[in-house]
Amino acid sequence: MARLRRNKQKAAEPVRSRGRRAPIIELNDVTKVYPGGHMALDRVSLSIGRGEFVFLVGPTGCGKSTLIKTLIRELEPTEGTVRIAGRDIGAMPDKKVPQLRRNIGTVFQDFKLLPNRTVYDNVAYALQVIGASRHEIREQVPATLRLVGLSTKLHNFPDQLSGGEQQRVAVARAFVNHPPLMLADEPSGNLDPVTSIGIMQLLYRINKTGTTVVVVTHDREMVDNMRRRVVELYEGRVVRDEVSGGYTEESTTEFGMRMRAEMGVGADGERKTNGHGHSLAR
Amino acid sequence: MSRVLFFFSEAFRALRRNGAPTLAAVITTVVTVVLLGVLIPVFSFAQAKSDEVQGQLNVQFALYDDATNAEIAQAKEKIEAVPGVESVTFISKQEALRTLKSELQDKSIVEELHTNPLPASLQVKAVDASDLPQIEREVMGTASGGTGNPLSSAISNPFSRQQSTHQIAKVTSALKIVLTVIMALLVVASLMLIGNTIRLSIFTRRREVEVMRLVGATRWFIRWPFLIEGVVVGFLGGLVAIIILWIGKVTIVDPLGDNGNAFASAQHNSTIAFPALIAILFGAAILVSTIGSGVTLRRFLRV
Repeated sequence: MARLRRNKQKAAEPVRSRGRRAPIIELNDVTKVYPGGHMALDRVSLSIGRGEFVFLVGPTGCGKSTLIKTLIRELEPTEGTVRIAGRDIGAMPDKKVPQLRRNIGTVFQDFKLLPNRTVYDNVAYALQVIGASRHEIREQVPATLRLVGLSTKLHNFPDQLSGGEQQRVAVARAFVNHPPLMLADEPSGNLDPVTSIGIMQLLYRINKTGTTVVVVTHDREMVDNMRRRVVELYEGRVVRDEVSGGYTEESTTEFGMRMRAEMGVGADGERKTNGHGHSLAR
Repeated sequence: MSRVLFFFSEAFRALRRNGAPTLAAVITTVVTVVLLGVLIPVFSFAQAKSDEVQGQLNVQFALYDDATNAEIAQAKEKIEAVPGVESVTFISKQEALRTLKSELQDKSIVEELHTNPLPASLQVKAVDASDLPQIEREVMGTASGGTGNPLSSAISNPFSRQQSTHQIAKVTSALKIVLTVIMALLVVASLMLIGNTIRLSIFTRRREVEVMRLVGATRWFIRWPFLIEGVVVGFLGGLVAIIILWIGKVTIVDPLGDNGNAFASAQHNSTIAFPALIAILFGAAILVSTIGSGVTLRRFLRV
């Protein structure tokens, strides 16, 4: 409970208080060479401040997923250091890794939902396995599902949901214990453009609560004029790191509207995604 | 508390989903435990019998009828001084006759004897029964090329009443080896089948494991349900086996005991009590299943 409260306090702090506190993600000359010699990351240095919303883009095989895996210590870099909230996670003992992952929400292209559990149970599972109390679960799970707009589908099973809805469940599961950092690896890779915008809006809403959000995508066009920081990887190197179009504070609706405009989707798109959003993948 | 509930509900969920392999593992455990439950009493009976035989092994030295008490006492002291001798007991002519009487079915043979043909003797037991021949040679003075003068002039000749004892000992030890090998094989089979069940469970629940790792479950939090799953298999197998053994005891062994059957009465006297047997079997079933699932987790669950 104390952890959750701390996270909420963090949420109340002004966005981008980078000066005094260590950046949430700090990579220093990170190189990853896979067995067999393929160099997935080549001296990547990157710093992401607390509360930022960052797109990580690049073509398939450029090292985006490898980068995400090094952040949760699923992979250890061959060289260089990865710091999360100032802590060198390479020097972290193995038994501290679960604690690290509790502070990082992760969302993947394939949702990774448990097919034999309901929406509610899928989200509750994330709290159960970190030893949360029943009280916490009963309080947090419905609140988070309301945030992602699934409060009417608590007792549905994943295969009864559309792709977009399934991804919302995955986002809810990643966010249910209010981690300060959220990583989304191709969250809309399996979804149609309209549904994708819904997911992006959701991630943006989560970002507004103070959580740093890193979204990986290979869809360069979608993020090009998003007025968010864009980090582009090409063959394991950072080839571009800029805030495209100037960073602005905007509401979730504005964000969604602009995204739809970028993608040439009509204004009725939002109703579709929130109602019976269907996806190309399913 | 809610954690423990979570572990158990996860374990039972997995057991239900892997019905067939779980059943195979449970049945193997049942067979192993039932055989163990039969073999342990047989084993301990054989052991007790063998100990009894070992205890009876001795060499006796007949004494001349005209030996005086002083000569006998002296001979006894001298034999006691021989290395490896545990005890020397004087058996008088009357005692020898009484023993013979009690061992013979047809007592009339003894009744018809007018004189006592049996000699008095000194019965010698060794610390280790295999030393008996050496002791015999020492006493008779034939050791290391001796002239054949016994330690005492009261001693006439040695005799051994249990010629077959060595053979009994040999048979029991062979039986023990065979039973041990069978048991070892069965335990290994149970271990592997329980391990296999857990391995399958790890495979069918790889998604859960992946999610647990991603959201930051600790290693032991991930492992406990699997371990419990294995222990539940051992527990069920042990339980069923003990019920089978109990039925067997009530319907087969107990009636034999009531009829005064020698085997059954020996069973009652020289083997372990049923509650103790149950405790051992249950403990063994759970230990084996814990080891089986523990080893498999170590090998196949990378967390």
